[in-house]
Amino acid sequence: MAAISREEVAHLARLSRLAVTEQELDRFAGQLDVILQSVARVGEVAAEDIPPTSHSVPLTNVYRDDVPTPSLTQDEALSGAPDAFEGRFRVPRILDEED
Amino acid sequence: MTYDEILTKYEPVIGLETHVELGTRTKMFCGCKTDFGAEPNTQVCPVCLALPGALPVANRAGIEATIRIGLALNCDIAEWCRMARKNYFYPDMPKNFQTSQYDEPLCTDGYVDVTVNGTEYRIGIERVHLEEDTGKTLHVGGATGRIHGATESLVDYNRAGIPLVEIVTKPVPGLGALAPEIAKAYVAELRDIVRSLGVSDVRMEQGSMRCDVNTSLNLPGEEWGTRTETKNVNSLRSVERAVRSEIIRQAAILDDGGKIFQETRHFQETTGDTRPGRSKETATDYRYFPEPDLVPIAPDPAWVASLRESLPEKPSVKRARLREDWGISEVDMQSVTNAGAVELIEETIAAGASPAGARKWWMGELARRANELDVDLAEVGATPAQVAALQKLVDAGKLNDKLARQVLEGVVAGEGDPADVMAARGLEVVNDTGALTKAVDDAIAANPEIAAKIRDGKVAAAGALVGAVMKTTRGQADAKAVRELLLERLGVS
Ligand SMILES: [Zn+2]
Repeated sequence: MAAISREEVAHLARLSRLAVTEQELDRFAGQLDVILQSVARVGEVAAEDIPPTSHSVPLTNVYRDDVPTPSLTQDEALSGAPDAFEGRFRVPRILDEED
Repeated sequence: MTYDEILTKYEPVIGLETHVELGTRTKMFCGCKTDFGAEPNTQVCPVCLALPGALPVANRAGIEATIRIGLALNCDIAEWCRMARKNYFYPDMPKNFQTSQYDEPLCTDGYVDVTVNGTEYRIGIERVHLEEDTGKTLHVGGATGRIHGATESLVDYNRAGIPLVEIVTKPVPGLGALAPEIAKAYVAELRDIVRSLGVSDVRMEQGSMRCDVNTSLNLPGEEWGTRTETKNVNSLRSVERAVRSEIIRQAAILDDGGKIFQETRHFQETTGDTRPGRSKETATDYRYFPEPDLVPIAPDPAWVASLRESLPEKPSVKRARLREDWGISEVDMQSVTNAGAVELIEETIAAGASPAGARKWWMGELARRANELDVDLAEVGATPAQVAALQKLVDAGKLNDKLARQVLEGVVAGEGDPADVMAARGLEVVNDTGALTKAVDDAIAANPEIAAKIRDGKVAAAGALVGAVMKTTRGQADAKAVRELLLERLGVS
């Protein structure tokens, strides 16, 4: 059985705001399935005594002190923005916006 | 159905989610400052703007503050937990995800006790977790200039990444008709606890404390009903109003045979009711997963123990102590607490006023004014130092009660400190014996018949002349002193 369905790929594309064509859905579902199946094989060889992990290095508690460091200037901050207005990033209005 | 009738039929269940913005000097995952009111996009860096390759590092002070809040709320502190990514696309988050916590919150399973009408209620705390605030969006464009017609959004990321602590209660059943008041009392208690820790200024009107209220109704003996979540509840008073109006709204629907839908609603400050938020086209699906760029948090038990040791006096314990010091009844202390006046009165006393004097102004004139203006007492426009200064002027005999009230009105109106208002409005009590003697003599001369009666021993008639003097001095004389002087001038004393 496939690890990911065509419908799931469509759902993820929608959540990711990606416009995916019907043809692409077929192609990506197949490709993602191969990737997921490959990853799943790792789970098969992992023994009971190997806990799932989210980090590859055994580190905890890496903190910094609450001391300010220099920020960017407003011009620098906005330099990569497609559009700006009065010191702010200008973006299209998003649907579903709350009042 | 009236509210009371509704509550004889239905049982409400409430739950509260409260966000507290921490008062750290820098953001949670970068060293940008958190100063309020800075020029837009001047407190941003590659990390909080999510520029490619930037990596976050957690602010120890944010972790510590969250643990202290958890401890103060009687929570268990996780020995090991992780941050998680909450994925969503919205321009207020440049990363396209919010760094938050999901199934591994830093603090779990606590409680807060609140007292309403002399009865103590225990509100269970489900979890306390750490996350980051979002940027601020401004909506512009459109024909009407209103948000509805807005065509674009302007975004300022100064607030993005400021540490935010979310405190979630367990569902609270069994409160009956008192549910709205208890919800308010809980938020007030939470605010006092967080403030006592010094980790946030917890000002609801400035957004450093924000509240979402969940409400459902069920018939006795039946399962809990479908809940709605009311957002945008930004004052203590609104917490109470939001729960009450949602109970009334849901009861009307249920009584009509209708169904409650799980939805997000928005509280309307102006009308006091809730309106539906626009429904999202897709169901919420945040695809949480552990944040790979931040290592797990494993608080050293010794550190947690020392944080527990150093917790400040609980607000409830402090209130009991202050009640004793101020010599007031439990009922009076509760009114003071409910009015949000504990700290204000305490600070006024610290600034030199007597307990009775401090309480009189905050619970009387200023509480009335705050109610008129529909603001929290702390926002009424007078500071503890000003109230203490006012009371000193009264104690020194420079103001009588009536004049003091007028001075306070000026202070609240932003005319300056009490002494300034007194001088500017010319409200000082006339103590100048020369001026007073002249006013008394004028009154005697203007009312020879009354004066004659008094000389004949009808001292009761003096009231009319005292009134005349008070009128010419525009209430600025001390009535008792006027009476004495009058009798003296007429040779009766
Ligand atoms: Zn930054």
